Amino acid sequence: MELIYEKSVPGRRGVKLPASDVPSASALPEGLLRTEPAGLAEISELDLVRHFTNLSRRNFSVDTNFYPLGSCTMKYNAKVLENTAALFAPFHPMTALLPGGEEFCQGSLGMLYDLGQMLADITGMDEVTSQPLAGAHGEMTGILLISAYHRAKGNRKKYVLVPDSSHGTNPASATIAGYEVITVPTAPYGDMDMELFRQAMNDEVAAVMMTCPNTLGLFNPHIKEISDIAHSFDALMYYDGANLNAIMGKVKPGDVGFDVVHVNLHKTFGTPHGGGGPGSGPVGVKKALIPFLPQPRIVMDDDGVLSLETFRPGSIGRAANFFGNFGIMVRAYAYIIMLGREGLIRVSEQAVLNANYIMERLKPFYDLPYDQTCMHECVFSASRQLAHGVHAIDIAKFLIDRGFHPPTVYFPLIVKEAIMIEPTETESKAAMDAFIEVMIEAARTAGSDPQALLDAPLTMPVSRLDETKAARELNVCCLV
Amino acid sequence: MNDSHYCPHTEEEIREMLSVVGASSVEELFAPIPPELRAKTFNIPPGMSEFETFARMQDIVADNGAAMVNFIGGGFYDHIIPAVVDHLSGRAEFYTAYTPYQPECSQGTLQALFEYQTAICRLTGLDVSNASLYDGATACAEAAMMALRATGRNRIVVDGCVSPFSRQVLKTYLYNQDVEVVEITPLDGLLNRAALAAVLDGRVAAVLVQNPNFFGGIEDLSPLASQIHAAGALLVASVYPVSLGLIRSPGEMGVDIAVGDGQSLGNPLSFGGPSFGFIAAKKSLIRNMPGRIVGETIDKNGKRGFVLTLQAREQHIKRHKATSNICSNQGLCALRGLIFLSSVGKEGLADLARLNWDKAEYAKARLAGIPGVTVLQSAPTFNEFTLFLPGPAAPIVTELLKQGIAAGVPLGDYYEDSVNTLVVTVTEKRTKKEIDRLADALQAELECGHI
Repeated sequence: MELIYEKSVPGRRGVKLPASDVPSASALPEGLLRTEPAGLAEISELDLVRHFTNLSRRNFSVDTNFYPLGSCTMKYNAKVLENTAALFAPFHPMTALLPGGEEFCQGSLGMLYDLGQMLADITGMDEVTSQPLAGAHGEMTGILLISAYHRAKGNRKKYVLVPDSSHGTNPASATIAGYEVITVPTAPYGDMDMELFRQAMNDEVAAVMMTCPNTLGLFNPHIKEISDIAHSFDALMYYDGANLNAIMGKVKPGDVGFDVVHVNLHKTFGTPHGGGGPGSGPVGVKKALIPFLPQPRIVMDDDGVLSLETFRPGSIGRAANFFGNFGIMVRAYAYIIMLGREGLIRVSEQAVLNANYIMERLKPFYDLPYDQTCMHECVFSASRQLAHGVHAIDIAKFLIDRGFHPPTVYFPLIVKEAIMIEPTETESKAAMDAFIEVMIEAARTAGSDPQALLDAPLTMPVSRLDETKAARELNVCCLV
Repeated sequence: MNDSHYCPHTEEEIREMLSVVGASSVEELFAPIPPELRAKTFNIPPGMSEFETFARMQDIVADNGAAMVNFIGGGFYDHIIPAVVDHLSGRAEFYTAYTPYQPECSQGTLQALFEYQTAICRLTGLDVSNASLYDGATACAEAAMMALRATGRNRIVVDGCVSPFSRQVLKTYLYNQDVEVVEITPLDGLLNRAALAAVLDGRVAAVLVQNPNFFGGIEDLSPLASQIHAAGALLVASVYPVSLGLIRSPGEMGVDIAVGDGQSLGNPLSFGGPSFGFIAAKKSLIRNMPGRIVGETIDKNGKRGFVLTLQAREQHIKRHKATSNICSNQGLCALRGLIFLSSVGKEGLADLARLNWDKAEYAKARLAGIPGVTVLQSAPTFNEFTLFLPGPAAPIVTELLKQGIAAGVPLGDYYEDSVNTLVVTVTEKRTKKEIDRLADALQAELECGHI
């Protein structure tokens, strides 16, 4: 499809701007004036609408296809959430920071405060900051909070421990927050190796970052013991909330020893993924870390009036411009009050049931390196198919031709040819059965006609793309 | 009966699935969680229908009262949003997709992001852009870290005219790094160039400025660029994208990395987010650029297509050695930015910027006509400018809020000795009538002696 710039015609105009009702001002000095207008599109509104509508049709999405992308929780995004977010569109964030401005933001601040309280209840924390703009941003914020805690206590800490099954963002965030990363291998039973963990722990460890259930979809039964060991070295426990969808109402990270959590609203709380964001990564902490939370912090007085605490010595400062991805928080808030207590519990139960159902049905056809009851996702290996020269990526491309977005492949890194499947609770049995049938067909085709998998996909606007050329020639924008 | 939202199974289906799994109940699947660790309380209130939910949200938003007539900015700006932006970004094929890891079934998102990157490069006059960052403030911090990586130095010089929020975010990002942040106190609302010269040495990785700056002032950065490059440092500029319809591009001014907040490009105020951050740079810096990048390539049949490229820099591959920790960015907001820029178009963006400038110049003259009120800047401003009032700005702002006017941002909280200072923002959305109303209300407040 042509680029929008290739459809441009010099002199063509799009939307009509408001007419000026003030006198025209004298020109800016020469050195400041733009010499040439930026080469933006010059396209009629109808052509623009067709361009983006047709682009959108070149995407798989939750609303068009089953999208079992492991670790991403691609659940249905309720339409009413979009309507609720629009209600808040005209409110300027600076209003709250003006003297006397909080009075005119009680609805927005109140929603943030209540959302924080509900997230604190779900995760077993004492207070939540809404500022972090995505999961990884939450991780960075959380590790900085831990660092502030250690600094205040005069602790000398150097390391953050992560299991080798962790999301790549965990070690990357720990590095940005100023720590060296120690990676602890996974034991054959699928959890962080307890013996190696004990050996790795020392007084210089600032934090242990865990995802629980982990990226293999397994709940670590030793999690309390791990927390106790970490705490005995005054290391804090960080909970990566990417997999919270599995455990709502069942277990609270705060109850099993975690001190800091981030929550991915775009995963667990039904807000759209937006083709790569915006997400939202609020961070919850236990009491001991409240003094270090970023500013501004929303506080409620005895009469229920909300205000902003804009300065507190000891705070890590500011993680983002204002109050975080507010529009995403509106959606998540609406989601939580709509589903309610029983609804959220049911979400986790059905997410776990669905993952186990798919795992059980596909077990005869694919290797399952960690064969135990899983939580919200399961991880297969295409190692059996590899014998026929078929890789996980080939199975993924075959699925595309059959109308399914592929599962996550090649993650976690500890599973060879990993195929990570997370159906979520919103999929029907029929949708999952159809997916299972195609996965079985892929496994059979790997044996009978491997070339068919290697050639896929054939039904998309493009066939397999040359990623090496993209990286070598690096054309990342169309210059004039 | 199953009356749960969005969990479709009937009891019969659940029974069938349990029998396949070999469990007698769903609860049995949670057996891996030791009983003593199970949640003892769960206090979320009972759920409700979507209709009741929406009504509840309407009640909450009503607690805000009516939205203000905005003469405030501070990083977020009240601009027009063409109707196509909501409608096209509201296509579920865009907003219910995720990061385009599988390019063949994600060409819509990938091509749109490539077009977005192109728009950002053309707007900033620079060579390369990524697929978006979180917001303008974090983009400043990412640009600083990019300069640290690229130069191997450990000092960042920041102009005090940069948004105090961006400066705070920068310090938070560098909280635990062995990096020194040197701030330069503004001089008459502009960068103090003598003070910069005094600190510009071989340790400086980058100088971060904002243009237009937090006070609204704009300046030609070209002489600054030569001075900074001579010291082997990079010039990072945070820019306001709408202003680039009128003001010379950062690329032309010699800027190495341009960043900014994309909120003004088709994203609603929405109490501060979501918006997006953009980052563009000279080509030589691309391998140090954070976040996702979309690149053009061809498929097996030679047909053009787009992929996420340079992924070997990223966290999911490089882990602790990654260029940044970014995974989710603000893709949908960037898409809104692209649709906005494409709808307004090449000539339209120049007109829009001009409209902002004309309105702000009118407001500046009108407000400066109030006895006792003067304008800080003798240098040009874009759509924001700074007033000196005859007394403290804060009580006046408080009073005008009660009249439904957000009159400006008092600087007392952000700069020493600035209690009488007010930054006023005027976008194309403010009518002459609203500007006159602001002037009359401000004059009345000053005359009735609230200060």
